[in-house]
Amino acid sequence: MELQAVLMAAGGGSRMMDLTYNTPKPLLPVGNRPLIWYPLNLLERVGFEEVIVITTKEVQKALSTDLRLKTDVKMKLDVVCIQEETDMGTADALRHIQQKIKTDILVVSCDLITDVALHEVVDLFRAHNATLSMLMSKVHEFTETVPGQKGKKKGGEQRDFVGVDVTGKRLLFMANEADLEEGLVLRKSIMRKHPRMLIKTGLLDAHLYCLKRSVVDFLVHNKSVTSIRGELVPYLVRKQFSKSLNSPNATEDSEKNQKQQDAHNNLELLSTGKDEPLLQLARERSCWNDHRGDMSEAYHGGKLRCYVHIMEEGMCYRVNTLAAYIEANRVAPKLFDDPSIHPTAVVTERSLVGSDSIIGPYCQILEKTSIKRSNVGTSTTIKEKVKIINSIIMNGVTIEEGCNIQGSVICNNAVIGRGADIKYCLVGSGQRVEPEAERTNEVIVGSDQLMEI
Amino acid sequence: MADSDGRQIDSINHAADGDGKGHGIVRAKTEGKELTKEEKQRLRKEKKQHKKNKKDDKVPTEKEKEKEKPSVQAPSKPVTQSPTHKAAPVPVSASASESLAAAEKPVKTKAELRAERRARQDSERTSKQGKKEGGQQSTTSKPKASPSELQPVVKRLPEHVQVDDPAALKKLAKKLERQQVPLRSDYGYKVSLFSHLHQYSRKNPPTQQISIPATVIHPSVVRLGLQYSQGIIAGSNARSVALLHAFKQVIQDYSTPPNEELSRDLVNKLSPYISFLSQCRPLSASMGNAIKYIKKEISNIPSQCKEEEAKGKLQECIDSYVNEKIILASEAISKYAIEKISNGDVILVYGCSSLVNHILCDAFEKQRKFRVIVVDSRPRLEGREALRRLVKKGIRCTYVLISALSYILPEVSKVFLGAHALLANGYVMSRVGTSQIALVAKAYNVPVLVCCETYKFCERVQTDSFVSNELDDPDDLIVTRNGKTHLENWQTVKSLGLLNLVYDVTPPDFVDLVITDLGMIPCTSVPVVLRVKNVDQ
Repeated sequence: MELQAVLMAAGGGSRMMDLTYNTPKPLLPVGNRPLIWYPLNLLERVGFEEVIVITTKEVQKALSTDLRLKTDVKMKLDVVCIQEETDMGTADALRHIQQKIKTDILVVSCDLITDVALHEVVDLFRAHNATLSMLMSKVHEFTETVPGQKGKKKGGEQRDFVGVDVTGKRLLFMANEADLEEGLVLRKSIMRKHPRMLIKTGLLDAHLYCLKRSVVDFLVHNKSVTSIRGELVPYLVRKQFSKSLNSPNATEDSEKNQKQQDAHNNLELLSTGKDEPLLQLARERSCWNDHRGDMSEAYHGGKLRCYVHIMEEGMCYRVNTLAAYIEANRVAPKLFDDPSIHPTAVVTERSLVGSDSIIGPYCQILEKTSIKRSNVGTSTTIKEKVKIINSIIMNGVTIEEGCNIQGSVICNNAVIGRGADIKYCLVGSGQRVEPEAERTNEVIVGSDQLMEI
Repeated sequence: MADSDGRQIDSINHAADGDGKGHGIVRAKTEGKELTKEEKQRLRKEKKQHKKNKKDDKVPTEKEKEKEKPSVQAPSKPVTQSPTHKAAPVPVSASASESLAAAEKPVKTKAELRAERRARQDSERTSKQGKKEGGQQSTTSKPKASPSELQPVVKRLPEHVQVDDPAALKKLAKKLERQQVPLRSDYGYKVSLFSHLHQYSRKNPPTQQISIPATVIHPSVVRLGLQYSQGIIAGSNARSVALLHAFKQVIQDYSTPPNEELSRDLVNKLSPYISFLSQCRPLSASMGNAIKYIKKEISNIPSQCKEEEAKGKLQECIDSYVNEKIILASEAISKYAIEKISNGDVILVYGCSSLVNHILCDAFEKQRKFRVIVVDSRPRLEGREALRRLVKKGIRCTYVLISALSYILPEVSKVFLGAHALLANGYVMSRVGTSQIALVAKAYNVPVLVCCETYKFCERVQTDSFVSNELDDPDDLIVTRNGKTHLENWQTVKSLGLLNLVYDVTPPDFVDLVITDLGMIPCTSVPVVLRVKNVDQ
């Protein structure tokens, strides 16, 4: 087997707690499908037959009961449950399932919505025999107003500095702004090997990684690595240019450093073990080189290589903030051609449902209601004379007559009282908005939830 | 008369050994008789017939099938005066019956072969008698005999040179569909002289339609195909070695399904892989020979051999093939070539040939004093890689583009060229530009030495570079200078076609010597080497 897919669905959605305090992030509805459906669909479309899903118990239950997930997803899902309380990082999760991993792996995050041609990423992995191959995309500016945000978007998102070589495929440098206190430091060895480097900052990491099996073995030996994105990837990118095993390192002579060195060198040992003499011979005889201008052979003789595929066009969203969630809801319905109004929804004659809205199954929409550019979830009841513009209504919501909802997100099982006027608000799960209320730019959540940080 | 003698000898020898193929030669050798001219002709025809039958055993035509039934009885009887109308269908149907029999158990084939040979002798005898008797009989027998005589000799054209024939394309599409290999579509406008060849684009990789954990095609074969199509593994030797490495991994991961024999099933498993690889990049002659060798080794595995043992044997075979034909061959070639390099030589090389680089590095190590001129050409610019390797070794090099060839040639004392394949009529198939170098070198009376291992010798015959070639991605010719790409929209200009040829053929008149692992031979001795090789196998 060539690749095993691992879907990381245990994350808590820490950056959009208002949405996720009641519903786990993988089950948030986007375009009337649970968020986890999108990566599963991507894997299925490409040809995977089995996926290892690492998630919590609640999501596991939903995977077996949710209609959409059960019928649409034809792959075999091997669900591994982890406790919610243990703060497991993605790398810890990989270590947890180490027994199941027999070949190279493709790690996907549950909040990725994309229509990328996955073979571009995997081809880099295959052709260059890379240790790591990942997907990045140009960041799309979010144009929709986000409820609850006061003033302009604060640049809370720390930038990622990504350095690639001239071809734009080889990953030379990766660091997050938070780690660069004194400034961006480039090692001379990198500059000597790749004199031309392009550093990009406007890129979004899609959290889709192809990793070699030896990396998983390395994780098992080095228990200090907890997160793939935060620690493992920058480490691998740095390790491409570190001194090889053969050259003696005069500066590190203390034993502790030696042990660390040994542990870190394990990675190279593990990845070079397989290089057969025939492969060596083929590479020697081949008249190809990946760079020009110096005397070294292809890949500078390095065994560890990291590649990145940067998507120029196409859809790629990571739903980990409220703004991204809203944007994804706008765009995701284009990914599949479901009819915009579900056949089981009851839409009366005199109501107006715009063509860019989608109505989920078992909805009830009564007269004189107008719905424009909105997503309405499952089993929602919308009474007469309601105007819904640019909003996201999740499942089981009841909206009484005469309401006016604009640019808002209404979570599961909320009730909006009669005649309420809601603009750019987020109504949390199960909340009630009293009739004739007028809310603008507010986050309405229960008082017990306010204590959650 | 010679014919009746021949028949007697036939029956004796059939009893002696079972192999029908080498019969003619065995007969001649064991009997020690001097072969008459007609016997020699007959021997050659028999061999051709056997080769053709072994290829065509899967496609019996209707005509042959019809005639097979009534004529099965005919060949078994020794016919003294076979009527002329039977003479024509008999060789054809005999070939059909033999071809059908080839698929069955070997015991039957012997009888069929015997019968078929007898029938052919008879038909030839009658046609000769007919000639003696009168024109009428011969004219009736000849036109019937000639198309059927011609039929065994005409070979099928390989698919990759029939791209402008819709019937051939359809056949290919069906075959690929059956093997579950995705069909790669051609790209861009093809220059009309080369419209019979495939032209692929690197922007449409062959892996677009393959499922991501590749299941139908072994992952190492997918990886190899990608490396071929992106040019990461380029060069005849490198491609063959990488191919053998991938096959080693395929064999390692292979497990015989129940009720199947490894010797037959493994060969069937390899066919879709080979189709996939040829979709990624047309197979080279060296790869073709390597595949033939592996298939032969696999089918020669005895059926009682256990799976692990068989796999181990195959891995060993592959290793020994690489060792003998590539590694040791290059050592032998470099030993011969060193005799031809003298101190003070100025050697011209073209592009990046792994063998020529190896020779030069060896000669430098053995303290020969020479300098090298590396000639390079667009769009591949492989000479830069050759330059890097030679300079790294310490050899003094000069680098020119091929347009400066006639300027630099007066300085040159020898030209060393590598070859992609050596064809059966002595032509050298090599990187495009090689024939130009050989031509200009001839004009300046500079000796041209081609270095080529014997496993690259090919039975194909070609006299021009049009018939069978490879078209690379035309977008490689587009270059961006000072931020401007003039050819960016070449497809919109109706009268413009970009041609990126990969190979060309050099006639043997321009080549002075071919250095192989068997020794230094003139170009015209290639068919002799091929014949010797075939006899050995």
